[in-house]
Order: sequence, then C-alpha cells, then structure tokens
Amino acid sequence: MSSLLELYNEQIREHEKKPRNFGKLATANRSAEGHNTTCGDHFFVYLNVEDGVIKEISFEGEGCAIAKASASMMTRSVKGKSRDDVEVLFNEFHRMVLGELDPEVNPHHLGHLTVFSGVRKFPVRVKCASLSWHTMHAALKGEETVTTENLGPDITQAAGD
Amino acid sequence: MIATEKTMEEGGAAVTSGGGWDVGRVREDFPVLGQTVNGKPLVYLDNAASAQVPRIVIERGAKYLREEHSNIHRGVHYLSQRATSAFEGAREKVRRFINAREARECIFVRGVTEGVNLVMHGYGRKFVREGDEIVVSEMEHHSNLVPWQMLCEEKGARLRVIPMNDAGELILDEFDALLNERTRLVCVGHVSNSLGTINPVKEIAARAHKVGVPVLVDGAQGAPHLKVDVQDLDCDFYAISGHKMFAPTGSGVLYGKAEWLEKMNPFLGGGSMIRTVTFERSTYAAIPDKFEAGTPAIASAIGLGAAIDYLNSIDREAAHAHEHELLRYATEKLSSIEGVRLIGTAREKASVLGFVIEGIHPHDIGTILDHEGVAIRAGHHCAQPVMQHFNVPATARASFAFYNTKAEVDTLAEAVAKVIEVLG
Repeated sequence: MSSLLELYNEQIREHEKKPRNFGKLATANRSAEGHNTTCGDHFFVYLNVEDGVIKEISFEGEGCAIAKASASMMTRSVKGKSRDDVEVLFNEFHRMVLGELDPEVNPHHLGHLTVFSGVRKFPVRVKCASLSWHTMHAALKGEETVTTENLGPDITQAAGD
Repeated sequence: MIATEKTMEEGGAAVTSGGGWDVGRVREDFPVLGQTVNGKPLVYLDNAASAQVPRIVIERGAKYLREEHSNIHRGVHYLSQRATSAFEGAREKVRRFINAREARECIFVRGVTEGVNLVMHGYGRKFVREGDEIVVSEMEHHSNLVPWQMLCEEKGARLRVIPMNDAGELILDEFDALLNERTRLVCVGHVSNSLGTINPVKEIAARAHKVGVPVLVDGAQGAPHLKVDVQDLDCDFYAISGHKMFAPTGSGVLYGKAEWLEKMNPFLGGGSMIRTVTFERSTYAAIPDKFEAGTPAIASAIGLGAAIDYLNSIDREAAHAHEHELLRYATEKLSSIEGVRLIGTAREKASVLGFVIEGIHPHDIGTILDHEGVAIRAGHHCAQPVMQHFNVPATARASFAFYNTKAEVDTLAEAVAKVIEVLG
C-alpha cells in the first residue's frame, strides 16, 4: 500500500480533481496533441510563447489520474519560464520518473514536481506522467503530435500491452 | 484418438469430480497460476487478452523441440516426417474441434488478425469492387474492422455497420436493412471481447445467405467459451487464436469453406504455397498449402493440438457452467459497489465483465488492482468504436476462465473497493 500511496499522493489527487490551467487558450500561438492510444490518454497543450518565454499555457483532454495531475502541475511549473529553463525541467522530470535522478540525493530544480518521484516504482506509468511534458515540448518545438507509448526504464521488461 | 488418450495419461489433465467442477484440481494443470505478485497470490483475470497454458501443452511443445523438430513437408528424413506428422495431426485435431468437413479447410495462421487479413487479401481484393459494400458490427475488435476499412479505401467500397443497443446487443432488424445486392461480405464477432456479448452468428449467417452473401466470424473469444460447430453455424469463414484457448501465441486457424478457399487469391507468396515456378509465372498449390507460405509456427501449431486434447479431456459443459457462474457472481458483486457501472449487459454473455468507476480512469484501476495481485485489462480493448458508443475513453475488464474461482472474484471486488478508497 505504501508505494501506492506514494504514487497517488495527496497533491496528485488534488490536481487530478481540480486541474489548473485547464481549457483552451485564446491567446495561444502554439499547440500540440499528445496521445497514448493503448490507455486512452489524450491531451492538447496550448502555449503563448513570446521572446522565448512561455507567457501563457493551458491544457485540455482526458486521461488517468497520473497523466492529468502531471499535466496540471507541468503547466504551473513552466509558466513564465524561458525555453532553456523549461529544457532543464523537462530533462530533470524525465530522469526522475525513470529513476535516474533521485530528488533526495541529486541537485534539481523540480520543486513540487518531486511528488511524481513515486512513478519510478511503476514503470508502465512513466508514459502517463510524461505525456503532457512531451506534448508541451513538442508544441515548443513546433511539432504537432507526440506519444510516450514506448517510454519506460526498460521497455523490454515493462511493456504492458 | 490414441494420441489424445496418451496425452491425457501423460499430462494428467483435469476431470470433474462428483458431477461438479473441481476447480482446485484444474488449477494444478496451470503452473503459472501458483505464483505471487507484489506479495499477493496472482489472480489472473485477463483471459480474454490471453489465456494461460496447461502443463500438457508446455510439455508437448518441449517434446517437439527436444525430439521432433525439423522443417515440415519437404524433408525425406525421419525427423521431418515426424514433425510433419505432428503438425498435420494438429490440423486434424482442429478440424474435429470445430467440426469442419475437411482438414484442408483449416489454414494455420498466427491468429485471428492474420486470418482476417488473409480473407481480406484473398477474397476481398479479388471479389470486391467499387461501390460494393462490406458489413461489420459496431462491436468489432479492430482486427475485424481495420482490414475492411483498408480494403474499402483501396477499392472505393463502402463499410456498413450493424448498430448495437445500450446493453451491447446487435440490432438485427437494422442488419436486414443493410443487406442488398452490393453486399459482398458480412464480418462479425462470435463473442465481443470488450462487452462479452454472444452474437447470434448462426442467425446472422442464415439471413446473409438468403441474399447470397458469405459470412466471416471472428471466433477469438468464441472458441474458448462456446462449443464451435462451423457446419452448424454455416459460416463461410471462422477465425480462431490459439493463445486465447490455452495454446501458445503464434498459433491460430482460419477455417474457410473449401469452395471459397479454392476460388480465392493466395495471401503471402513464397515457399510451400506454389506448384510450379518459372520466371514467366507461378502456379499455386492446392489448399491448405496455397495459404501457408513459408515455414509455419510448427511448435505453436502442435501446442494448439495439445490444447485441444486438453479441452477434450475436461468436461467442457461443466467448465462453461462454472465460467457462467463466475460471471453471474462477479456481476452481482461489482454492481453492488457504489460508483461502479458495468459496460456490456447483454442477455447472452460470455465471461467478460467490462466496467468503469465514476471519476476514476481505468488505467488507475488497473494499477491499484495489480498492486493487489489482480491482473485485469484497462484500455479501449482494441474496440474504440465501442468506447465511443458508451462515451467512455476506456474501460476496465475482468475476464474469467474455467480455472478462476469465486474467492478470486471476492479479491477482485475487495480490490475495486480499495480503488475507490484510494482515489474516490
């Protein structure tokens, strides 16, 4: 039960129930679509980027608790940040959910995002936690669609479908 | 028959005791069931995705690899003859299992997906023209839907869909209205993998045949749960996947009436499927070889034969009754939990139980159940149009085999209650 409660911790459940920055963004100048077809997670991320800084961000769509909470917290973390800073967060978040970065040991800039460190014990859920990050990243790079279906620490061991 | 009796002795396949279903005895035949997951006993309720394999199937496959392996058909040597005899023996077991007229009507394929694609290429690309129509049902698995979309796109043909009601039952009156002189094929599942609905395929075949239209039945979920008699159903094609009926993956069969198989184009080109080859042209072998290019999955096919031996050795009526009781009990248990909604409530159902929990994504249900040792499937079950009908992104699905127990259903229900406790 402990690793389950770590995965579905208070903050994650709260963000899932009341996602922040949820809905379309009228001022968006970039957007991307992310989907993991096997589990049915499907999100859009909208960005307003000016002078290399994410001024506004929102997301909408449907997905599991992990994917939705991750999207909600991602929007709060990257809002107002420069491309370079977002890149750092993107990499650190990724390494944390894959179990390559231990937030208690390694230096990082993740802040509240460390609530997702429990995902490392659930390899098949890495794709859920990562989806919105990859979607945001794709939008930033001007790409239109993305999937994290094959993400995981060792896909040959972790593949679920 | 001698082979069957011998295998029973070797494998010690389960029998019923005292008229009931001795599930404890049956479980001993399936080595995988004895393990623990996350420190809890494994409760395997993902049988509709793939069923577990009894010991005699494992042993038969191992025996083949240890003592009999060689390529089939072409060899004059001892081992090749033994392998060929075991492979063709498995074909004859399949013939009897589905009551086909002749063994040559049973084509070995990887599974239903390959079987349907064989018919799409062999029948569809030859006989379907612009403006023609293919009929599928609203509850088809993608394997019996996407190949037909591909064909329609290529030929300029039209896909027509038999609708279902909100219980997940096909509306047959609407089916009648879809049949016309442009209809070239009706493709329908025997049992829905996402809803559990048992479709009246014999009636569907009779109605289609009245207007001269052949019928393909996706039997992936039918063969494990129902007695299949292709002559009684009078379907033109029936596809099965071995791994859904206690055999290894890579084994499967497409049954087709000989008159269709003979008229159809070949599927894959290559070795074994030819009669003569020159650079000007090739002529093709007779069925079933015409559709079996390349070296087949010999060990898997022989394993399918052994799985059929196993099924013949148990009291299948008692097995089906047991599965039905598990379904009834699980339906009662889960529907009594507040917030749980069942998806698929047809009157005629096989032991597949789709459900959603208000406000909780099925993927999260799957993770928490797995934590309790309970293996279910969460997702769209390769039936996205079904999800669209019920307006859900995905469902959770528990599916039962004859080796599951009522105690496992209790564990499932407790785990579902825990999901609501953690995430509700």
